[in-house]
Amino acid sequence: MIPLEWYLLLAAALFCMGLYGVLSRRNGVAILMGVELMLNAVNINLVAFWRYTEPAAATGQAFALFVYAVAAAEAAVGLALIIALWRTRNTVVLEEIDLLKG
Amino acid sequence: MTLQQVLFIIFGIITLGAALAVVTRRNVFHAALFLILAFFGVAGLYVLLEAPFLAAAQLFIYVGGISILIIFAIMLTRDMMNPNVAGYNRQWWLAALVAVALCGMMGWVVLNHNWPATPGDVPPESIINLGKALVDPAGLVLPFEVASVLLLVALIGAVTIARER
Repeated sequence: MIPLEWYLLLAAALFCMGLYGVLSRRNGVAILMGVELMLNAVNINLVAFWRYTEPAAATGQAFALFVYAVAAAEAAVGLALIIALWRTRNTVVLEEIDLLKG
Repeated sequence: MTLQQVLFIIFGIITLGAALAVVTRRNVFHAALFLILAFFGVAGLYVLLEAPFLAAAQLFIYVGGISILIIFAIMLTRDMMNPNVAGYNRQWWLAALVAVALCGMMGWVVLNHNWPATPGDVPPESIINLGKALVDPAGLVLPFEVASVLLLVALIGAVTIARER
């Protein structure tokens, strides 16, 4: 049996890599990829805790499914925003999008 | 070391290596391809966690859906493949510091906490239970419907935002 700590450490490392991508990238699509990595790390944690504490209950897997739904919604809206920005401003570098700056 | 642990290490190396390539590759298209590999690694971990339905959903939703969406977006905004454009902002070293510090902190917490891990067996009808719970009025039908409405709203919103005017 794999110790629960292995899954938690792997999810922590995956989450931090996603966080680094979100904080350091300039391209909006690359930032969204970092967010997807973070969501995957959270899902690994949810499924690992379900497996190691209450494998008979359905709620653990259901939680992960709802994370899937939110991730799909987030990707669709985020990429639509990036395409709209590309059309109007001709850039996907989020630092150059400062329409609200006075 | 059991076979499961060896498989865990293989899938873990695939996932973490691909994730590292996703955040360090200059070329966004290469990063997207490594992202698909990372999703495959996570699906393998779900199989090891005895959640086959989630592993299949991971392949359908992430590998089949979200990755394709991301690659479409990269191709529609193709100028960003230009290697002369800087890939990182000025605070990248600070971001790396924060990520490493957070990782160290979480690792310390994980290793120093006494986790209540007494794994039982996954019942063989686990997928049936999950499907019933999702449409059970006393179970998860309300969050299930809310998630459906959220997806519908998000997709209509995405079409509206990205539409050519």
